[in-house]
Amino acid sequence: MNAVIPTSRRDFLKQTALAGGGLVIAFVVPAANRFAHAQETAAAAPFVPNAFLRIAADDSITVLLAHSEMGQGIWTSLPMLIAEELDADWSKLRVEHAPAAPAYAHAMFGMQMTGGSSTISSEFDRYRQAGAMARALLVQAAATRLGVAVTDCRTESGKVIAGEQSLRYGELVDDASKLAAPASVILKEPKDWKLIGKSSRRLDTPEKITGRAGFGIDVRFEGLLTAVVLRAPIFGGSVKSVDSKAAMLVPGVRRVIQVPSGVAVVADHYWAAKLGRDALAVEWEPGPNAGLDSEAMRLQFRELAASEGLQVTQAGDAPAALSAATAVLEAEYVVPYLAHAPMEPLNCTVKIDADACEIWTGTQFQTMDQMVAAQITGLKPEQVRINTTFLGGGFGRRATPVSDFVTEAVHVAKEAGAPVKTVWSREDDIRGGYYRPMYLHRARVVLGEDGMPSAWDHSIVGQSILAGTPFEPMMVKDGIDGTSIEGVADSAYLKAVANHRVQLHSPRTGIPVLWWRSVGHTHTAFVMETLVDELAQRAGKSPLEYRRQLLKDHPRHLAALNLAAEKIAWDTSKPLMGRARGIAVHESFGSVVAEIAEVSIERGQIRVHRVVAAIDCGVAVNPDGVVAQLESAIAFGLGAALYSSLSFKEGRVQESNFHDYRVLRLSEMPLIEAHIVASSAPPSGVGEPGTPPIAPAVANAVAALTGQRLRELPLRPTA
Amino acid sequence: MKLRVNGSEHEVTAAADMPLLWVLRDLIGLTGTKFGCGIAQCGACTVHLDGAPVRSCVTPASAAEGKAITTIEGLSADGSHPVQRAWTEIDVVQCGYCQSGQIMSAVALLAAKPDPSDADIDAAMSGNICRCGTYQRVRAAVHKAAELAKS
Repeated sequence: MNAVIPTSRRDFLKQTALAGGGLVIAFVVPAANRFAHAQETAAAAPFVPNAFLRIAADDSITVLLAHSEMGQGIWTSLPMLIAEELDADWSKLRVEHAPAAPAYAHAMFGMQMTGGSSTISSEFDRYRQAGAMARALLVQAAATRLGVAVTDCRTESGKVIAGEQSLRYGELVDDASKLAAPASVILKEPKDWKLIGKSSRRLDTPEKITGRAGFGIDVRFEGLLTAVVLRAPIFGGSVKSVDSKAAMLVPGVRRVIQVPSGVAVVADHYWAAKLGRDALAVEWEPGPNAGLDSEAMRLQFRELAASEGLQVTQAGDAPAALSAATAVLEAEYVVPYLAHAPMEPLNCTVKIDADACEIWTGTQFQTMDQMVAAQITGLKPEQVRINTTFLGGGFGRRATPVSDFVTEAVHVAKEAGAPVKTVWSREDDIRGGYYRPMYLHRARVVLGEDGMPSAWDHSIVGQSILAGTPFEPMMVKDGIDGTSIEGVADSAYLKAVANHRVQLHSPRTGIPVLWWRSVGHTHTAFVMETLVDELAQRAGKSPLEYRRQLLKDHPRHLAALNLAAEKIAWDTSKPLMGRARGIAVHESFGSVVAEIAEVSIERGQIRVHRVVAAIDCGVAVNPDGVVAQLESAIAFGLGAALYSSLSFKEGRVQESNFHDYRVLRLSEMPLIEAHIVASSAPPSGVGEPGTPPIAPAVANAVAALTGQRLRELPLRPTA
Repeated sequence: MKLRVNGSEHEVTAAADMPLLWVLRDLIGLTGTKFGCGIAQCGACTVHLDGAPVRSCVTPASAAEGKAITTIEGLSADGSHPVQRAWTEIDVVQCGYCQSGQIMSAVALLAAKPDPSDADIDAAMSGNICRCGTYQRVRAAVHKAAELAKS
């Protein structure tokens, strides 16, 4: 059935998520924003049907992205949604990041942001509707001009066609601009899609292979200075004294200033600022976290796991079933702190004038950035203009609830009294906090006579990433941060266990923590999928069959699992000599991903040769983009599964750069074969769901190969 | 000092030990070459000196005097270099930040070995980190570029 959707040119008056929360009424296309089209005032006015696109007399169609391009491919897939309904000439598409404005608030979260693998799922209707609305107005303008009925017109490749006559969209710009928005639009039926569901090449490639793409760190203009900040070596530490004499002698250093986060050296360029910082002599007040030690924390977490926590969910009577059981599988799992380490070090450029503040940065959190900049400068949020550049990776790090790197850069520019680009070094990034927190799980499981789990008691210990942030009131319920337990509390496996209980401890440690690509699922999938694999082994069943049985009421899990199994020929082929296969399947961000990894052990090191993956993500808008995200998510998760780990001693982060904070390199990349489950369901998440299953798939393969159950990340097989 | 970058002479005032990366980016204004780690661990800053790949973050600018410096901007005016064409065909890029360095490493590899094996690609490209994990496509694109360069 065609969807008839009412449209409106009103700005929707949605408060930010902080104020209200809840769902925005969908199907509202906000009107154009005055910032977005300022550059056209001199030239011929374009046709601006709504906030998401404009069409110029030269036929070019510019799509404004309400979300940030950080590699995930929305620079291409969002324009596809508009172009589909607009019947645009794909070669005429141009793309820009939207300015920070209420019109671009996330349709589900109420603030302008990118995260939660939600861009396509949240914009699938709004962007298609924006294109359909523009098309309707162009058709109406053409019908009037040609003296035909609207119903006699069709559209194709950037033209309105009526019989033998046709008009290019660019020729209709003036007329269409004078028309009122239609009361409703009709979206195409899926069978009529020409772009959605077919792979489109990325629109940002030409800029990104020539060095022209503008990242935040590339911002340059006359009078712009560069700063680096010396931050406390221990989180929560503060400056006791600063001796800046030597720093000021470094050629190119202009000023040394104190900001809340540390001491900033402002210079003509990065290298001078860096040398200046090296020359600073700062005495620090260590603060309350000088004793931080990750080994000690692990022991504390272990004790907590054995004690009563907050009850998250339960069914039946797991404790009674466990105490009555003769054989209990008891296991402890640990994952470390992790840095996101996006390739582009954090940076932010700020220019403050009397009545405006302009910011250039690669950010996932425009609304928060705007609010903090307004607060620091004493301006109104609408006086803060955010220019979103390309992001050299995000993975969650460029979305801190407190906008840490923007806050700091605004303080620096304000104190410096000049436009300043604040740039982090890699060491600043690795040691600068906002990590995936360390987690410890303890699970006790009893198998029934049929080999299936009959009782399951699960305790999770780890820092809440939302406690103490502006999101706490909205997203932490009765002390339970949903991101700490996602993937366990809502596990399809647990639902099949008559007696189960999940408890949570959320200790506070003083270490700044944050979401990291796939958030809680980074640890919960590892635990659940390795544990279920071990249960299958105890029950004497194949890991595939055991999962199929537990997931029999979950068709999307089964579809992904079965597709991956079919593609690797699980039943009919064997891995090469010296290799073994491991399976994992996990739901996150509305999608289900199954992965089967084939591994060997070479000189004591795990070597992953091949990964076959299958995703059910509803409609795949840009299938090759989905495949690319699976490849990406697997590589990202594999680096953490095999290598990455941050540790603390005497309050200090021990690692500092890529030599000791190891991530995946090209020679370690397995061959990945990614498949998409055919689906007509609305789109669900793609950027993150490929990450959770890889660590357990590899661990399960190692268990199949060696008999060792590795319950800690990164995975380190013993000889 | 005088530097020849992408065929053009640049006169810059910089300390002899200032890394070439920052001279290129902050003094000359060629921002296609990226800063990733500062210690030659990630390859984002890869440029060519007389055709040989170097990590410009640890190469003193003075070491580049008298040599032909090639950056991503000097590869082609329009993305038509075989390596760039291969990158386009395979849709390699994601966030794109590391790709200048990936491409410069690939160009140098293909100049030395016009028909590289997977092992050659491992050896030449494993110093270039990509956090988006585009490695599989980088590998495919290097092979593709080898083909395109021949035709």
